[in-house]
Amino acid sequence: MKTVIDNYIREEMFPNIWCPGCGNGIVLGAIIRAIDELKWDKNKIVAVSGIGCSSRITGYVDFCTMNTTHGRALPFATGIKMAKPDLKVIVVMGDGDCSAIGGNHFIHAARRNIDLTAIIINNMIYGMTGGQYSPLTPTGKFGSTAPYGNIDQTFDLAKLATAAGASYVARGTVYNVRQSTSLIKKALDKKGFSVVEIISDCPVSYGKMNKMKSPVDMLKWIKDMAVSKKAWEALSEEEKEGKLVTGEFINIDRMDYTERYKEITKKAQEMGGNK
Amino acid sequence: MNDLKKKKNIKLLQGNEACVEGALLSGVKFFAGYPITPSSEIAEGMAKKLPKIGGKFIQMEDEIASMAAVIGASIAGLKSLTATSGPGMCLKQENLGFAIINEIPCVVVNAQRGGPSTGLPTKPSQGDMMQARWGTHGDHPIIALAPSTVNEILTLTIKAFNFSEKYRTPVILLLDEVIAHMREKVKIPAPEDIQVINRKKPTVPPEKYLPFKPDEDGVPPMANFGEGYRYHITGLVHNYKGLPTSNSQEIDDFIRRLHNKIQKNIKDIIINEKYFLDDAKIALIAYGSVARAAERTVKLAREEGLKVGLLKLLTIWPFCSEEVNKLAQQVDLIIVPEMNLGQMVLEVERASQGKCRVVPYGRVDGELINPIEILGKIREEIKK
Repeated sequence: MKTVIDNYIREEMFPNIWCPGCGNGIVLGAIIRAIDELKWDKNKIVAVSGIGCSSRITGYVDFCTMNTTHGRALPFATGIKMAKPDLKVIVVMGDGDCSAIGGNHFIHAARRNIDLTAIIINNMIYGMTGGQYSPLTPTGKFGSTAPYGNIDQTFDLAKLATAAGASYVARGTVYNVRQSTSLIKKALDKKGFSVVEIISDCPVSYGKMNKMKSPVDMLKWIKDMAVSKKAWEALSEEEKEGKLVTGEFINIDRMDYTERYKEITKKAQEMGGNK
Repeated sequence: MNDLKKKKNIKLLQGNEACVEGALLSGVKFFAGYPITPSSEIAEGMAKKLPKIGGKFIQMEDEIASMAAVIGASIAGLKSLTATSGPGMCLKQENLGFAIINEIPCVVVNAQRGGPSTGLPTKPSQGDMMQARWGTHGDHPIIALAPSTVNEILTLTIKAFNFSEKYRTPVILLLDEVIAHMREKVKIPAPEDIQVINRKKPTVPPEKYLPFKPDEDGVPPMANFGEGYRYHITGLVHNYKGLPTSNSQEIDDFIRRLHNKIQKNIKDIIINEKYFLDDAKIALIAYGSVARAAERTVKLAREEGLKVGLLKLLTIWPFCSEEVNKLAQQVDLIIVPEMNLGQMVLEVERASQGKCRVVPYGRVDGELINPIEILGKIREEIKK
């Protein structure tokens, strides 16, 4: 039986490279469902990714797609969007890709408020290279390069994106997939820089090193960790420890970068001359 | 009237300004960059002029991002340019490799200053010649051009865009601080007097398009994103469809084709100029601002009755091995003056195959090589 998904994937690329129980497929499904609901023209969609397990998503979808270099998906996407503002440009990144090597690009894309949608699949680990800790690995958790526990503090990507100037910021999980689909849909439809962080699971690397060997264990952990904004506010400081707020954090309307560029183009042309 | 019109097309331009003019004549529509001396005037010129012609300018957060944005814009169909100097060129290497493996046309200017690292801001250098060839990792081809006058900056910028579009490759334009910043008389050609090459588009419908299947010339037609051809671009070695491959035959074919599309068209790509080489017994091989000094040296040497000539390289990569080999059979001595401690001289030695003596003459103190010191080197060498 054909499903919505079949209309958007490159069948020849399957089976995918992901491990059993990986959350990437859930996010791929959520992205496709969100796009299908928006009824976008496939020829006008560009999906850009960096490097990592999650970045392979671009190879599986039937749009104009680009699997670029590690951490650099956003500047590639910025060039595409500037060149052709009518294209819908979606950027898929992993947590290491977006917040470590690509951290600078992330804050500047938000600062410009350029009309891109950044979807960050946060499995809190470098999965493809074998489970090294990332800037989003919780303090105290284990990774192959944190054999005695991670001493780093983590980023709060949602706060970071908000402070840097994004127009839409939300967080979902692979457990609450309907909510995630709806957040992605709103982000895609938003003019300006929109960010959706999806908390995901890597049972093979993260789970194995942190006493959650099965995907089910990991999903339960994510389920318990995620709280709504309302529930979060009712929690004491102690109870907040180890929890993650999900839902929409910011949703504001303001002119995006390509529109502002149009304005200065008009100004430059009205000024005339060669100066 | 006609004369007056022609006169109008003569301008006193700075080297970097000439690059801007050349790029505009080539149809550039996108620039992404990051400030760095001695290349910033190119970004400034682009910021001023691109919006006027409906093009796009963006100052990115760093050189890595600039290179990425340039590639993105080119895939979306705009002729794209970026400009930098050594420290920024180091950062561009990562995505330069991405442009090479995905055959994305774009032009990258490196106005060279002394290095390594922050080096000599801002004195001239020719220390990045080998970086231009091998700066990004992996076995890859590249085209690099090196003008020696402000007028040549304009003409070679046009060439750079044409090569990049024709062969689907990034092209590096190697300036040095002296020619980037000096002002000279430049003849701005009328648009109808220059040849502008645009990338080949697919002639098949989208369902039949294989984005990396080459035509007979080794170059695949390029569909821009958003024009109805949906396909995948990846930094992984890929097959005709653009999808990652681990098939050793496909890998081998692909890497060899990348090289061959440049190597097999070497006659079209190699540009150089000869001064008094016909009867020369001593040849100078020079490029960039040093070629100016070398040209003067030839005149001074000829006045002394020395049979000296000059081969001025305008195309640096691919290297003109055949030409140099012929020259090595004709002359007794080749001197290669350059503002480094011996980079292109290695290529000259390789190409000469021991058929004549090859001597480097390097200077790395941030000062230009002058004609008198090259002449001194000639006198010294002929005594040996």
